[in-house]
Amino acid sequence: MKRAFTLIITAALLLAVMAIPSFSKEYKIAIVFDIGGLGDKSFNDSAYLGLQRVAKELGAKTKYAESRTPSDYEPNLAAFAKEGYDMVWGIGFLMADAIEKVSAQYPNTKFGIIDNSWDDAWYKAHPNVMSVMYKENEGSFLMGVLAAMTTKSKVIGFIGGMEFPVIWRFEAGFKAGVEAVDKSIKLLRNYAGSFNDPAAGKAIAVSMIRQKADVIYHASGGTGIGMFEAANETKNVWVIGVDSDQFDLSPKWTLSSMIKRVDNGVFMGTKNLIDGKFKAGVTNLGLKEAGVGMAATTSKNTAAGAIAKANAWASMIIAGQKSVPDGMNEADRISTK
Amino acid sequence: MSRLGKGINWNRLVRSRAFWLGAALVVLITVFSVNSIRSMGGEMFSYLVIDFFSTGIFMATPLILTSIGAVFSERSGVVNIGLEGMMLIGAFFGVMVSYFTGSAWLGVLGGMIAGGLTAALHAYVCISHHANQTVSGVAINVFALALTGFLLKAVFHRAGQTDRVTKLANWIMPDFFRNIPIIGDVLGSNTPPVYIALLLVVAAQVVLFHTPLGLRIRACGEHPEAADTVGINVTGTRYFCVILSGVLAGLSGVTLSLGQLSLFKEAMTDGRGYIAIAAMIFGKWTPLGAFLASLFFGLATGFKFISQSWNMTSIPTDFLLMLPYILTMLALAGFVGRLTPPAASGLPYRRRGSV
Repeated sequence: MKRAFTLIITAALLLAVMAIPSFSKEYKIAIVFDIGGLGDKSFNDSAYLGLQRVAKELGAKTKYAESRTPSDYEPNLAAFAKEGYDMVWGIGFLMADAIEKVSAQYPNTKFGIIDNSWDDAWYKAHPNVMSVMYKENEGSFLMGVLAAMTTKSKVIGFIGGMEFPVIWRFEAGFKAGVEAVDKSIKLLRNYAGSFNDPAAGKAIAVSMIRQKADVIYHASGGTGIGMFEAANETKNVWVIGVDSDQFDLSPKWTLSSMIKRVDNGVFMGTKNLIDGKFKAGVTNLGLKEAGVGMAATTSKNTAAGAIAKANAWASMIIAGQKSVPDGMNEADRISTK
Repeated sequence: MSRLGKGINWNRLVRSRAFWLGAALVVLITVFSVNSIRSMGGEMFSYLVIDFFSTGIFMATPLILTSIGAVFSERSGVVNIGLEGMMLIGAFFGVMVSYFTGSAWLGVLGGMIAGGLTAALHAYVCISHHANQTVSGVAINVFALALTGFLLKAVFHRAGQTDRVTKLANWIMPDFFRNIPIIGDVLGSNTPPVYIALLLVVAAQVVLFHTPLGLRIRACGEHPEAADTVGINVTGTRYFCVILSGVLAGLSGVTLSLGQLSLFKEAMTDGRGYIAIAAMIFGKWTPLGAFLASLFFGLATGFKFISQSWNMTSIPTDFLLMLPYILTMLALAGFVGRLTPPAASGLPYRRRGSV
């Protein structure tokens, strides 16, 4: 009898403990980083800033996991879903396949992905996935303006990682920005074929310098590190970074960086979920939404006049008076003829 | 024995399919590029040639060093797929030593030792314990990726890449050499590993084909039992060659991180170790052949870069990016003529009667 009583009490207590969270739901948000990992001073670090804001301002419980190889994406995402996390973020388009699989296996968990989108039919089949895309063409346009205002040789280079639509957005936006200032400037473009080959990036940058380029912009991930190395060594080229503020890689020769606010994307997407406004589909963040922009360090090496000009263009783009091509038309990309 | 003693046979080279493949490629590229070149001034053209060879040698140097190491390892009878990982470890430890000592040359030494030690591990597993050489090599590649990523965080407290460190200063050749047109421009002032690699090619070819040591190494790779019978220390010779290949891979990694750049970036070798193995096969397991194949890969990569930025070709970029890999596939498919690896390559040697 006594034992039965104890059992009942214990069961009641257990039930009570389990019921408590339902009174005020604490959201659990997780991030899976791509192979760059935490400390990359770029994408992943920016996403982590967003996660910290989520914890601080929205009071959610947060956790992250790093991926050593691409085969880690799926188990990492699935582990969080299994642990009952409300929303799991995948940082970078490389995780698209993993998100596609895991989101179907865990329909009750919400997933967010940066830099990858699918068509409408896909989101109907995966109503628990949202994508954050950036209008890199708008940010790159400003970099083009800065480059054109700075060049003396009238030759400007662009280094891409691999050739596909995301990188075309950078290329076309940059070209439009340069041409908005001066149509007579000669543009060179070069695709390295890899996002992770800094030595190749340096070889390309040096080759561009041999052709008198005096400003180079890159959208090539780790490959672009070689471009900064070339600037440090040759001391006669201005360079422009991408994704995050890359000023530290070459404090003397960095004009600016086109920053992508992954933190804002993660924060905004999570906030929508907590506010009950989660919607499957694509959210595009441009200059207007503070999704892309100029790095804060731009004023260190760039003339005030150039920055003012870029800001003037930025306000025109925000006001909708100027549209920037997204590179899907070949004519908007840098000519190779 | 005659097959063993053969280096490069120029007569056969001219008659080989590889030669015609290369020639066809050059013709193809010229046809596609001729219009844009014609519109260029003479001065611009020589500038373009300099750019082509400079970029080519820049990209080829790490391949040359690694592929010559691969030749030694395979000639002694041990397959070394782990070169990619050994390069990566060499690149990291080179930067780490340079970071702490401020001396790039000590960094080079550190990178070579680290590469050699990793190779010693491969040798221990494969030679002393008769493990599968391919599996051990792949394991080393995965291990190297994880180890360097871990140490990056432990030592530099960051991910992605290290801070910038002291790099190797360029060597500057005497004036008469620098005044030679084109050659002087390309090789007059360059990073030290370039010259080391060029000297190494000659040294390796001489050692492997014109010294008793080279004969012993090749004997171990062709018929270890026979070598053992005449008193050659098969285990010792194989250890020596595998460790040598690791030391050279380490030097190659340092070439990237301290010669060409001044930092370490995760996975920065970007597949060069595998391309170097392809170059070794392409070059038919000889140092000179591996050198020529590496140079060819380097120039093909160089061409894909400069042809884009000089707007000089109507060949699609995608095709240019594929070029080095297509050539590798063709080489493996036997288009360069008969490829005969050392007979005992990949086979662990057990002395008869031993356990």
